[in-house]
Amino acid sequence: MRIVIAEDSVLLRDGLTRMLTGAGYEVAAAVPDAEELLRSVAEHKPDLAVIDVRMPPTHTDEGIRAALVIRRQYPDVALLVLSQYVEESYATDLLSAATSSVGYLLKDRVAHVTDFLDAVRRVAAGGTALDPEVVAQLLVRRRDDPIDRLTPRELHVLRLMAEGRSNNGIVEELKVSPSAVEKYVTNIFLKLDLPPTGTDHRRVLAVLKYLGT
Amino acid sequence: MISAELTTRRVPAMVRALWAAPTRRATGNALAALLVAAMGIALLGGLVVITGAAIYSLVDWPVGGWANAMLYLAVVLAAPVLSLWVVQGLAALQRARLHATLGLELPADGRAARRKPWPVGAWRAAATWRQFGYHLLAVLIGGAGGGLVVACWLAPVAAIGYLAAGHTAAVSGAAAVLAAAALLLAAPWLARLVARADEAAARALLGPSRSEALALRVESLARSRADILTATDAERRRIERDLHDGTQQRLVSLAMNLGMARTRLTDAPQAALQAIADAHDEALLALSELRDFIRGLHPAVLNDRGLAAALSGLAARAPLPVRLDVDIPRPAAASIEAVAYFIVSEALTNVAKHAQATRAEVTVVRDGDLLRIEVTDDGRGGAVLAHRDGTGLAGLAQRAAAVDGTLAIDSPPGGPTVIAVELPCES
Repeated sequence: MRIVIAEDSVLLRDGLTRMLTGAGYEVAAAVPDAEELLRSVAEHKPDLAVIDVRMPPTHTDEGIRAALVIRRQYPDVALLVLSQYVEESYATDLLSAATSSVGYLLKDRVAHVTDFLDAVRRVAAGGTALDPEVVAQLLVRRRDDPIDRLTPRELHVLRLMAEGRSNNGIVEELKVSPSAVEKYVTNIFLKLDLPPTGTDHRRVLAVLKYLGT
Repeated sequence: MISAELTTRRVPAMVRALWAAPTRRATGNALAALLVAAMGIALLGGLVVITGAAIYSLVDWPVGGWANAMLYLAVVLAAPVLSLWVVQGLAALQRARLHATLGLELPADGRAARRKPWPVGAWRAAATWRQFGYHLLAVLIGGAGGGLVVACWLAPVAAIGYLAAGHTAAVSGAAAVLAAAALLLAAPWLARLVARADEAAARALLGPSRSEALALRVESLARSRADILTATDAERRRIERDLHDGTQQRLVSLAMNLGMARTRLTDAPQAALQAIADAHDEALLALSELRDFIRGLHPAVLNDRGLAAALSGLAARAPLPVRLDVDIPRPAAASIEAVAYFIVSEALTNVAKHAQATRAEVTVVRDGDLLRIEVTDDGRGGAVLAHRDGTGLAGLAQRAAAVDGTLAIDSPPGGPTVIAVELPCES
């Protein structure tokens, strides 16, 4: 798998390069800003781009905007966005443009090497990887929210689903039977007026789409 | 012997005083005071004479019929305005003179002059009458005192003139010389006396009164408090940036390296593996503590995306379900938004710690020039402001008060608790 990295801190750029190389991936380019990112994506046509949100020149949302451009021009490139903090509008921008092969993680998570490499694999394989904090923030309740109808347990299951966990993953996390999880999931879709669909992945997308609107 | 010594030392001192710096300053002041006093006498006296004459003519039906009557009436009507201008203008001139000659700093308080309705308001202000009083005193201090100082300095000239005019008889000539010398030696002393009297009168009448001084003090304190808040806020932001760009990146890098070692060095001895694993866990812990610390200092999201986004993160991280309702069409000043953020943050922490609540609700609404914050929980209630058990509510009130905001708590036993905060949004 070929990866392009965009991160303005030299320290982290080198670290990420070493980590991904060490995990057996090919790092085609590691660049410090969005402009060079777009150039190297055009040049290398990577499988995945790992992108820091805050980059020069304004240090605000360069990374998100670059990610949206990449998704439009090169829909095959998976996107893993790293952010210093969770910003809902970034997450919804990203998720409304892309409901597969996309990830949004807090920057600190790269230090949890195993989890991070897991997220890289998941996103590159067409899945999603959302930081638990991103999910929590997307689930903050507004007025008259159908999510109010969920029990705390169902809410917990919804969070895990939104993070990109599979049914088995949820079973492991909650230490309950698979059939119990099935029941929670069915209830969630019922309460949120979502038609139940086949695979884990499509369920996640449905939930995210619902949250994004 | 001793008295002789004293005499020889005292006489030169008296002579030296003739050109000592304080004498020069005091003499300059007396001269300037004399000039301005003369000007004051001319202006105020002229006004009084003209207005008096006009009034007299009006009462004692004017010669020349209606046209003159209208002129006199105009003079009488213009007198309060003209005299106000003269009083205020002279006061400004005197302040400038006192500053130039004696280095006296008298803060001019312009509020009396602006008091509505003009000019009645200005005439009703005590400050105006105190200025008027100074101008009357100036006739005595500047006019008479200044005149005397000038006369003393000119005494030798007068004596020379007297001698030159042929009054050379031994007795009268000696008397003239002695009198001139005595007056000359008295000049420095008199000049300083006039300067002291001038300064005392000016401080009492031209400077701010006690209540005005307090009002000025309150204004300057309010300004400096606002400056301190802004500076503290800027400092927090700077520290946040520095920590983020420096320490945090380094710590992430360190933890990343340890994490890589942990996953890759699987054939290392068990003890070494354990040490690496422990170090990695410690680094992750330090990283999460640093992140919390930076958030507590000044969350970057508040800078970049504003209060609504920052509150949304706060609600997401709260250990209990929080419903959020933010309506801020126009952002408040950055320092006010920071105060609002920390108030909500501490209120939610407080709810989680003490209220035994199952859910909370945060409403932040901009209402004209006010930012209204309400934090409600369904807990056990009974929260009071002046708690000594560290519930932190007093701290919230302090934060609000620091920006002239208010905080009210309604918390009946059994709940629900409502904390209502109002912050002025001045920017």
